[in-house]
Amino acid sequence: MMADPQSHEALIGRLGTALVPVRRLPPPWLRTAGWLLLVAALAAGLLMHYGADPMLRRWAATPDLAWAGIGAAVTAISAAWAAFALGVPGRRAAWAWLPLPGALLWIGASGLGCLRTWIAPGTELAGVHQSADCLLFIIGFSVPLSALLIVLLRRACPLRPVLTAVLIGLASAAASASLLEICHAFDSAATDLLTHALAVIVVMAVNSAMGGRLLSKA
Amino acid sequence: MSQALTATACMGLDSGLSLRASLEQTMPADVATVNDSESPDRRRAAWMAAAQAGDRRAYEKLLADSVALIRAAARRQGVAPDGLDDVVQETLITVHRVRHTYDPTRSYDAWLTAIASRRAIDALRSRGRRDSRELHDDFALDQHPDSSDASAAAEGEQRAQRLHEAIADLPPGQREAVEQLGLRERSLSEAAELTGRNTGALKVNLHRALKALRERFHGEP
Repeated sequence: MMADPQSHEALIGRLGTALVPVRRLPPPWLRTAGWLLLVAALAAGLLMHYGADPMLRRWAATPDLAWAGIGAAVTAISAAWAAFALGVPGRRAAWAWLPLPGALLWIGASGLGCLRTWIAPGTELAGVHQSADCLLFIIGFSVPLSALLIVLLRRACPLRPVLTAVLIGLASAAASASLLEICHAFDSAATDLLTHALAVIVVMAVNSAMGGRLLSKA
Repeated sequence: MSQALTATACMGLDSGLSLRASLEQTMPADVATVNDSESPDRRRAAWMAAAQAGDRRAYEKLLADSVALIRAAARRQGVAPDGLDDVVQETLITVHRVRHTYDPTRSYDAWLTAIASRRAIDALRSRGRRDSRELHDDFALDQHPDSSDASAAAEGEQRAQRLHEAIADLPPGQREAVEQLGLRERSLSEAAELTGRNTGALKVNLHRALKALRERFHGEP
């Protein structure tokens, strides 16, 4: 066929001519920390607006809600870290399992909340209308968080674009769900849990459908 | 900042090398060669670190050294011998584009093999798509046997021959554009990297080439 050793040599020569010094990509944990700065800024903004009291009061009364919030935050951090790790060629695909423990805690603690028979004081059960607000909150916050992750990962080389995009979706949906904890006025009931699950699935599906393509072009 | 990073990396490397040199002096020769941690992988890692800082000679040595590794990775993925060189070229282009993602403290071979395997899978997929189309065409031919098979085949061959001659007669730039974009079905950006021309020039050349070919075949009976 066309490519023989000579044409490899010619290509290597051309690539050598085009060589310019490059800035090395920072390690995945450092890039994860960079993204978490945005999440922290959003959290700080929400805390300034709502204050920490309602959240702490709810957590003190119903520890399972606090565990669910912690689980969501751990999921966000580990999923973002896994996505950045998969952006480096040669890292093992097993990184994709990193968010599993956090996700189990998140899902488990939220599910436990549904089984509780008493309601956290100062909260009410979410109706259909409020559930839609939760849905919009999670999806709305996920958009900029996902966009930033996609931009950052396009500078890397995600050889598994769809898997990376799924992790991006999980990271941003989990981060949004933990931000929601700050201003969440509703107790964890079945309707609320369903809404959250739906929001996470929507964010992950949109990311894997669009993000995969955006990342594979990188 | 990157220069500072590279500088410290180089210093680390230097002190590592001198330490190793002093160790080797105190060790029997055969142990030193077996224990030589300047393995091919580490050597390539050092070359890539230098290439990231802009060292062209290290880069070209590294890429030439990488060809065999890429071929091995492609073969492991099941690429046929006649497809290996294409995978090598695609991988070299990708390596060039993402060379900033390599971390010199980790294995270069693992990094390269991951990219080469991915490009090999891409090549297998696109070949699979092409084959399935061709299979379909064979089926159509079987269903509609041509009564004057021999003469039609001869005529088709003649036509292909004339087209090849016409392409060969094109000016070099236009011929390159037709070969890369038309015959090999490369994308504009790939063709640009391979030929060293910009995408605009390739588009113009392809356009002119098609116009010239059209005139040649429709102009003369």
